[in-house]
Amino acid sequence: MSPAGTMNLDLDDEARAFREEVRSWLATNVPTTPLPPIDTPEGDLAHRAWERHLAAAGLSVVSWPTTYGGRDVSPLQWLIFEEEYHRARAPVRINQNGLFLLAPTLFTHGTAEQRARLLPRMAQADDVWAQAWSEPEAGSDLAGIRSRAVRTDGGWLLSGQKTWSTRAAQADRAFGLFRTGVDRHRGLTYLMFDLRASGVTVRPIQQLGGTTGFAEIFLDQVFVPDADVLGEVDQGWTVAMSTAGHERGMSLRSPGRFTAAAQRLVRLWRRAGAHGDPALSDRVVAGWIAARAYQLHSYGTATREAADRTPEPPPPPGQADRPARTGATTVPGGGHAASMTKVFWSELDVALHEVALDLLGPYAETGGLRTDPAGRAGDGGDPDAWLDGYLFSLAGPIYAGTNEIQRTVIAERVLGLPRDRR
Amino acid sequence: MKLTPSAEQKQFAAALHAMLTEADIPTVARRWAADDPAPGQALWRRLAELGVTGLAVPARWGGLAAHPADIVVACEELGHHALPGPAAESIAALPTLLTTLGDDALCETWLPRLASGEVIGTLAVPPHVPYATDADAVSLVLRADERTLRLGVPGPRLRSVDGTRRLVEVADGALLATGPAVGSAVTHALDAGALACAAQLLGAGHALLETTLRYAGQRTQFGQPIGQFQAVKHLLADVAIGLEFARPLLYAAGVALADHPSTAARDVSAAKVACADAAQRAARTALQVHGAIGYARESGLDSWLTRVWALARAWGTQSWHRDRIRTALAAGDLT
Repeated sequence: MSPAGTMNLDLDDEARAFREEVRSWLATNVPTTPLPPIDTPEGDLAHRAWERHLAAAGLSVVSWPTTYGGRDVSPLQWLIFEEEYHRARAPVRINQNGLFLLAPTLFTHGTAEQRARLLPRMAQADDVWAQAWSEPEAGSDLAGIRSRAVRTDGGWLLSGQKTWSTRAAQADRAFGLFRTGVDRHRGLTYLMFDLRASGVTVRPIQQLGGTTGFAEIFLDQVFVPDADVLGEVDQGWTVAMSTAGHERGMSLRSPGRFTAAAQRLVRLWRRAGAHGDPALSDRVVAGWIAARAYQLHSYGTATREAADRTPEPPPPPGQADRPARTGATTVPGGGHAASMTKVFWSELDVALHEVALDLLGPYAETGGLRTDPAGRAGDGGDPDAWLDGYLFSLAGPIYAGTNEIQRTVIAERVLGLPRDRR
Repeated sequence: MKLTPSAEQKQFAAALHAMLTEADIPTVARRWAADDPAPGQALWRRLAELGVTGLAVPARWGGLAAHPADIVVACEELGHHALPGPAAESIAALPTLLTTLGDDALCETWLPRLASGEVIGTLAVPPHVPYATDADAVSLVLRADERTLRLGVPGPRLRSVDGTRRLVEVADGALLATGPAVGSAVTHALDAGALACAAQLLGAGHALLETTLRYAGQRTQFGQPIGQFQAVKHLLADVAIGLEFARPLLYAAGVALADHPSTAARDVSAAKVACADAAQRAARTALQVHGAIGYARESGLDSWLTRVWALARAWGTQSWHRDRIRTALAAGDLT
């Protein structure tokens, strides 16, 4: 039998060994008590320290080339890493905007200089990155961006307002699209900027539940050097969209996250002795099926994409060493099909948490402050933080392109229905 | 890892698809429903030529001893074309029942003939499969319960919502086998039948989606194709998502049947629940997007709609399958 929490599919020896390595490292290194909340000063420091610790063990960016601190693992091994990470309840990745959204774009569109300068610092959270996509008038209609980048000597001056900017309240740097021309799509440029630069004001926004995961960013003539333009000027839309699948698909919310959540849900259901309630049991079963479907789907995609990879050509005669690989292992399931994945995982996440709250009953609303005398919430109240998780899950169908936008993308780009008048 | 079809499986599916596309299945199905099974039986012999009927039959009895995933691939294609005839029974459940039972005399009598296409078979396994589908159109009819395996004696025929499903009550005939080995063989046969049924549901669901996408691209109202309206797009996107995420469960159940007997029941049930849900969503949406023309039999949509309604409750209800998963999860089976 395969160990609990893994797929009963036959992994090769290399993949199994990798899983064992990651699992045993996490077992001895994941803090036994949760880190302070990530949006507090002490939580910020603790989460950065955790990333450095992870990086020192060579586990912070396993899918990247070794040149930048990675392990160059296969897509399947990346999925395994994620499964183990979530299974171990390891800390939230403070730099996930950088790791999962910016890095894939740097690998595809960045210059060698940009990769060498930015990626190693990102890998150990020397630079924590925030995303700066949305604006007050550009949400689902992202191409409606108004913040401008104006040419100046040696670079650009940014002015305008960004909002719903995840991690901006504590991050060091941010990336986003800025208007450099009049054409709606071909007048946008992808720029990276310093959140501590002169002219930047960050105002944290209190979220549902009281945390400050996102913020507004006000920009007033903020200087960005030419070196921090990602891709070509006026080609930012293409640059951003070419890797949008990463934000929507598996990279941002890997299957391992939901496999682990479904398993915690099943344990809660057992502990609560709720087997006898057919309505609740059916929802637990439905959640487990869906989480497993996502996991199996990702395994299938990962192995298919690995098989589809064209082998590298042999080195030319007289040249023994191949040039170092510059790209990271592609996290599977990008492109428009990622929209299907995004709708699926975001709805799955809400459903899993809703069932958990129903299992916790009247103790759900305390978020773990009180212990259920019947043992429903276990000794530590709600150690799995289902309430916080529920609030977080409710953002899923909204961020990274609302599920309504995704369904339109699926219908037009995957199913081939005629484009909407927009 | 067999979570996606191999190159050989894709080739096999393509060959089957080509053959079934040429076969004018609507006409064959109409005649099958109207007590003229000859064209359907001829089509089943073509399936045998492609190896479909021998997939679950061991090599020593003239079959291909294929992986369950191959049966999934074939049955998905049969569902896609709404082929008439007892596919889950004759291609999956019967060969599995006889092989697992291991009675050489029974195997020798029936398996080579099932594999070669000489015989199409069906069975009733009350309470999950109360009637023997198409028992009056095929030449082998069995009736099994937890203790006994008998020949089935066809009795009165009942109406099915799907006119091509000739539901027949069967009475006990000659006793073929008895004892605990029968119970185990019946369990395996039910899993094999349920998986084949799930695969057909997924295939039918895809057919409904494809047909509906074509219609939504052609039908014009308010001066534009109805597929341009977001309300229609979003319905169809949800159908596509349901089908997309049901398929891996189907393949994983095939892997479990072959290699992981301890989770096979749970995994087959997960596949059946997901495929039936996805296919029923596809059916409901297909009818809604077609509107009144879909409600009219002339549209031809009914061949898939009625198949989905019938198969979604065949080979174990959704409740029964969910209950098997619940039992496994309650026992601590989290893999």
